[in-house]
Formats: sequence, structure tokens, C-alpha cells
Amino acid sequence: MLELDIRGRDFNRPVLGEVRASISAGDRICLLGPSGIGKTTLLNAIAGLDKSIPASAVVGRDALNVGYLFQEHRLLPWRTLKANLKLVGVSGAAAEDLLAQVGLDGYSDYFPDQLSLGMARRAALARCLAVKPDLLLLDEPFASLDPVMANELKRLINRILDDHPDMAMICVTHDEADVDILANRLWYLDGKPARLMWNDAVRGVGRARQLLGQMRELHSAD
Amino acid sequence: MKQETGRPPAWCYWVVLPLLVAVWAGVASTLNTPLLPMPSDVLNALLQESQSGALWHHLGATLARVGVAFVLAMLMGTFIGIAMGRSKTTNALFDPLMVLLLNLPALVTIILMYVWFGLVEVAAVMAVVINKVPNVAVTVREGARSLDSRLEDMASVYGFSRWQRLNDVWLPQLFPYLMAATRGGLALIWKIVLVVELLGRSNGVGFQLHMAFQVFDVALILAYSLAFIAVVQLIELAILQPLERRASRWRQPEGVYA
Repeated sequence: MLELDIRGRDFNRPVLGEVRASISAGDRICLLGPSGIGKTTLLNAIAGLDKSIPASAVVGRDALNVGYLFQEHRLLPWRTLKANLKLVGVSGAAAEDLLAQVGLDGYSDYFPDQLSLGMARRAALARCLAVKPDLLLLDEPFASLDPVMANELKRLINRILDDHPDMAMICVTHDEADVDILANRLWYLDGKPARLMWNDAVRGVGRARQLLGQMRELHSAD
Repeated sequence: MKQETGRPPAWCYWVVLPLLVAVWAGVASTLNTPLLPMPSDVLNALLQESQSGALWHHLGATLARVGVAFVLAMLMGTFIGIAMGRSKTTNALFDPLMVLLLNLPALVTIILMYVWFGLVEVAAVMAVVINKVPNVAVTVREGARSLDSRLEDMASVYGFSRWQRLNDVWLPQLFPYLMAATRGGLALIWKIVLVVELLGRSNGVGFQLHMAFQVFDVALILAYSLAFIAVVQLIELAILQPLERRASRWRQPEGVYA
């Protein structure tokens, strides 16, 4: 069972300030905030990629499988989709199944650069799923996709999360509407150094917009 | 691949090279001296050496030395180059040595090896390796410095093993640099091996050239040179170019999507 504690005081660096939060199984978190504020840095910290942040800042990570969908697909361009999946331990029929799940039936012998942006992103999502993640980190998964493809991907992510109720997700996005579709919690990162200003459960359509509106008012009052 | 843009069309080889042979034949028949034999004399010398088996014996000996020296130099150079590109300390430690070795004339290394270790095979191969390792290391270092850190992060998240990192993440990125080192390496190693053979071995193309030089047998010298060029071209066409094509299969022309 997923239990992750982030202890902000250890984030001793100019970008991120105080970030205290815990993540449990089934959390679907949308992470919002102005661009350049450190959302990706926070994801990297949670994934353990930021060497300037001590491992003790994120309690419980070692016990987790993390699937990270980076902004770029970061598949190995010189390996086919099949070979890319094999590198994370999934091969044969299981790999074909995984590709079919993300709508890439029959593409296992393609190289990543032979795919469109949206397809490559779904292939990268298949690799996230290959590690049977407890925690799914999605960094602006809908950026530069046309609305149809973006919606398709949102449906796909929702389906995956519905199929795996124990999985948790943190999804960086710029679109408040995504919160209504994807999330049951909202994180809002702002300030310099960035702090987690809002860590709230969201229920109901429009709740995110309402929260963000209040948030901005508070801010302009400062 | 992009590097072929600088290559002229194939027909020019069929014009320029025969033209060269014609001019050579013209000059040779005018001068009529044994110091510049006719092209046909060279061909005869080549055939004779080939039939007697001497050509294969000496070419084989040279090839074996080139092969061993090349493999050793590439392995050591790649290892040192990666270490230098990835670690500041290693770079600080090895860079002065590399500068020293890069500027040391090949002839000096050869002489020193022969003086210290005697006229033996190990000394010969070692001299070649010492000359080549710095070139490989410096080239591979550039490749190791340009490794994509985003793919490193990806490999960390997905828990790639050491071997996977090397074989699947690093090597494909280093490939262009390794090819450059291979091309430059073969050209350099061939030349050094000949000198090594000329100075202290009793077989090999270098040794044969030495013998031909003693009796001013220019036809034989040119015959061995031709055989030599043919082998180098054969390696390029039969090994290096197919390897390059295979390794760049994944590259797609811009804008071509499935």
C-alpha cells in the first residue's frame, strides 16, 4: 500500500521551499502553478532524480514502483517499442498487451521517432505501466496535443486509474479543467522559493476553479 | 547519413583513377627507368607475390597486428574516454597524460618499446596501442560529455542495470564517436604497424617494403601499397559501412510519421 511523505524542510534549494504533503493509494493529484515555479523539480524530487535533495526528504519512496511520464517521451530512440518495454522487464505477449492497452496495437516493431507525438507519449505511458507503478508521475501529459488526442489520453489515464484503484497519480497540468476530469486532489505550487500553497481534496465539477479563484484573491491581497 | 553529403558521385572514381594510371604509364614509358616501373610491371609483381604466397603471408601478419592493436586500443581508449568524460577527477588526472602522448612521435614510442622490451611481438603491438589510445580516449571523451542527461534520469527511474545503461543508453549515443575513432584509428594503426615492422619484425608488409627498399624494387613497393589500399577499402565497404547502416536504421527523415 502506497504511503509517501514529503518533508519540505529538507528541500534546501532556491527553487523549492516548504513542501509538506503525503500521498496515499488512490490519490489522483493535479499539480498546478505558474510556469517555471518548480513543478517538474518537485516531480523529480519525488522520483529521486534530484541529487541535491536528500533521500530522507521523501519517506517511503524506496518501497514504491514509480512510473514517470516525462515531458518528452524519453524512449530510447534506437530501440523499437518492443525493445524499450523489454528493458523494463516486459516482453512477448505481455508487451503486445500493454501496447494494445494504450491503443498502439501492432506498433511493437516501430522506432519511437516513427510515431507521432501523441503515439510516442502513449508508448511512454505503456512503459510507465510496465513497471506496475504504485505512483504515476505525469509531467504535462497533454502539452502540444490537439484537443481530440488530449481528450483521448485523459480518458485513457482515467481508465487506467479506475482499473488500478491502489495506484496514485500526480499530474502536472496548466489547465484547470483537467482537475475536474482527472483529480480528486489539487496541489498548488507558488512563491519564491515555491511552497505548496494548496493541498485540498476536490469533489464536484468547478470546485478546482473556485479554489484557484480564492487562491488568486488571497495572493493579490498580499 | 549526413556525412555522405561531402562525397562526390561514384563515376568520378572511374574517371580520375584510370586517368592517373594513363598519366603514370605515359611518364613511365617516356622516362624508361627501373625507378618508375610501368603499371603492368606492378601488376605482374603483385601476381607473382600472390602466387608465391608471400603476399598473403605478409599481409596476414600485418593484418593480425593491426587487428590485435586495434581491439586493444579501442577497448582501453573507450574505457578511459568514458571515465574522463564522466568524472572531473579522472579527466584532471588523465588529460595531461593524453596531451603528452598525443604529441609524442610514434617513432619514439616504437624505438623505446624495442629498446626496453626487445624486438618482440608484444613490444611491437604495445607501441601501436600506446600511440592510438589517446586518440580514441579524446574522441570518446567528447561523446561521453554529450550523453543525454534526460535519458540518464529515465534510466534511473526505471532502474536500468549497469549493463543496460552501457549497452542500451550509452553505446548508441557514443556510436558516431566510436565510428570516428575507428576510421581515424585504422588509418593511423596501419601506418604505425608498417613502421613497427620495418624497424624490428621479420614479416609483414612493412618488412617487405624494407626489403624492397634495400634493392630499390619500386614495382614491389607499389604492388604492396596497392594490396594494402585494397584491404583498407575492403574493410570500409564490407565492415564499417554496413555496420553504420545497421546502427542508424532508427533514424527517420524529419516529418515522416507512421
